[in-house]
Amino acid sequence: MTLFGLYNYWVFALLLMIGLYAVIAKPNLVKKLLGLSIFQSAVFLLYISMAKVEGGTAPIIQHAGEPQVFSNPLPHVLILTAIVVGISTIALGLAIVVRIREEYGTIEENEIQARDRDR
Amino acid sequence: MWRAQLPALAIAVPLAAAPLAALLRTGLTAWALATAASAASFTIALMLAGGVSGLNELSYDVGSWPAPYGIELRITSFSALLLLIITGASSVALLAGRQSLDAAVAPARRPSFYAAWLLALGGLAGIVASGDAFNIFVFMEVSSLATYILIAGGSDPRALTAVFKYLIMGTIGATFYLIGIGLIYMMTGTLNLTDMEARIHDVADLKPILAAVGFVTVGLVLKAGVFPLHVWLPNTYAWSPHIVTAFVAACSTKVSLYVLLRFDFMVFQGSLADHHVQFSGFLMPLAVLAILIASGVAIAEGNLKRLLAYSSVAQVGCVVLGASLMTATGLTAGIVHMFNHALAKGTMFLAVACLATRVTSLRLENLAGIGRRMPWSTAAFMLAALSLIGIPGTAGFISKWYLITAAFDEGALGVALVAVILVSSLMAVAYVWRIAEAAYFRAPPGPDTAIREASPLMLVVVWAAALANVWFGLLPGLPLSLSGEAAMTLLGHVQ
Repeated sequence: MTLFGLYNYWVFALLLMIGLYAVIAKPNLVKKLLGLSIFQSAVFLLYISMAKVEGGTAPIIQHAGEPQVFSNPLPHVLILTAIVVGISTIALGLAIVVRIREEYGTIEENEIQARDRDR
Repeated sequence: MWRAQLPALAIAVPLAAAPLAALLRTGLTAWALATAASAASFTIALMLAGGVSGLNELSYDVGSWPAPYGIELRITSFSALLLLIITGASSVALLAGRQSLDAAVAPARRPSFYAAWLLALGGLAGIVASGDAFNIFVFMEVSSLATYILIAGGSDPRALTAVFKYLIMGTIGATFYLIGIGLIYMMTGTLNLTDMEARIHDVADLKPILAAVGFVTVGLVLKAGVFPLHVWLPNTYAWSPHIVTAFVAACSTKVSLYVLLRFDFMVFQGSLADHHVQFSGFLMPLAVLAILIASGVAIAEGNLKRLLAYSSVAQVGCVVLGASLMTATGLTAGIVHMFNHALAKGTMFLAVACLATRVTSLRLENLAGIGRRMPWSTAAFMLAALSLIGIPGTAGFISKWYLITAAFDEGALGVALVAVILVSSLMAVAYVWRIAEAAYFRAPPGPDTAIREASPLMLVVVWAAALANVWFGLLPGLPLSLSGEAAMTLLGHVQ
């Protein structure tokens, strides 16, 4: 039961590891950035999961007279900021990959290293 | 009245100047604006340093939302010292750097380059001024993204691969920090550092907090370039534009170390039993390895900037070693070493920028006889190098002296640590000697008259920075009192 109740957190840990594996193991720079993106998305899931309150609703709907349970809006706001940060990072990373491709003619890490050695 | 706004202005001035610089048409006006904004920030930092003397802390509620609900800016002695380092390094580098940057950055890109510089400056100032864990993350990313642009902004293609590695590793570090504060928020419901400290005491299940300690520590250690997570650092320093190296080498690792110390001491030390044992048990071996291995690599390195970069890894180790001793003297040594090392290494990289305006290759064998061709630049470099080694009369001596005093208090272990510190200074002598030997005792490669001294403005600024190394070696009052107060504040949180 606890195992199932913590489902979101298992997925968080799994995504985090998939992302980290791709960043470390893939020689292709774009695939590395994809891994980084998965890695960051895992953290978004962590924040959104912790904001959920059982039976809670969006904190904008207020019914007069009855007690309301709201989900916590703050982690959503925080993660909006973190998503923007993530997009900027990936965009900048891709821009650097484009420049690397212009200068080296390849985006494979081992070939770039070979070229740097020849320099 | 307006003095109360100073903490916010320290961040707002560079951040507001950044888009203005991007709108300007010519590199010259953008440079002038960036330098003026940077100098204004330095003035604000000086006023803040005056405001926090005597263990005073300045708190500022952003948008008048009171802490812990709103974002709080909190200026302590520690943050004031770091603000001085950041804004001082930026001002000096910009003032000296126009000619060198003009050579590295294409004319059309100069205004946006200076905008990125101001964003980096504003982000770094934000990290040290903020008292809110998530706000620190956002400023960390603002400054990191801007720094990547600065590093890749030059003409050397090797900077691109270096900055890609830095981007990947820096993002992983920042994301680890984000996971850590997420876990703490989950258990305490707060993001304000002061409030966190108070609320962790009421947390029944400490397991998520312990996981958070791991994430926050590893994330920040990565960003600070502590051995063995320093692998992004040498190439980043080596291939970025020379003036950018001077700025980045002086500030960025120190700011991450600042967050590591502030976060760890404020939030974890007071609330977790035996945390200080784990803290020093984890960091002290890394610090010793950093000092010994990185100094060794520096002795064998052939490229001047990479050599200095490895020396920086070793000096980061010295800062961490001081902090991991967990005593007032040790922490003071670590913190004042942040200031002194920023001063020495910043000056050295500025002097390298002077050399690089006249020579094309910075490999040691190509610098033969440079001391005769460019006597003033080389002499300024050597003066700062003496401070790096820790010769009495220079700033570096003050921190090494404190570090050794602190280590001696540790008994048998302390004797071993003193040996490590002394060996590190000897190794610094060895790698500085290699540079001196190339610069002064080898004949210039030919009757080449094209190489002459760097421009007067650069020389004046570099010499001012070099003499500051001596000034703060003889009169270390300001950095030492701020460091001492910072150490006392940090230790006040320990259980």
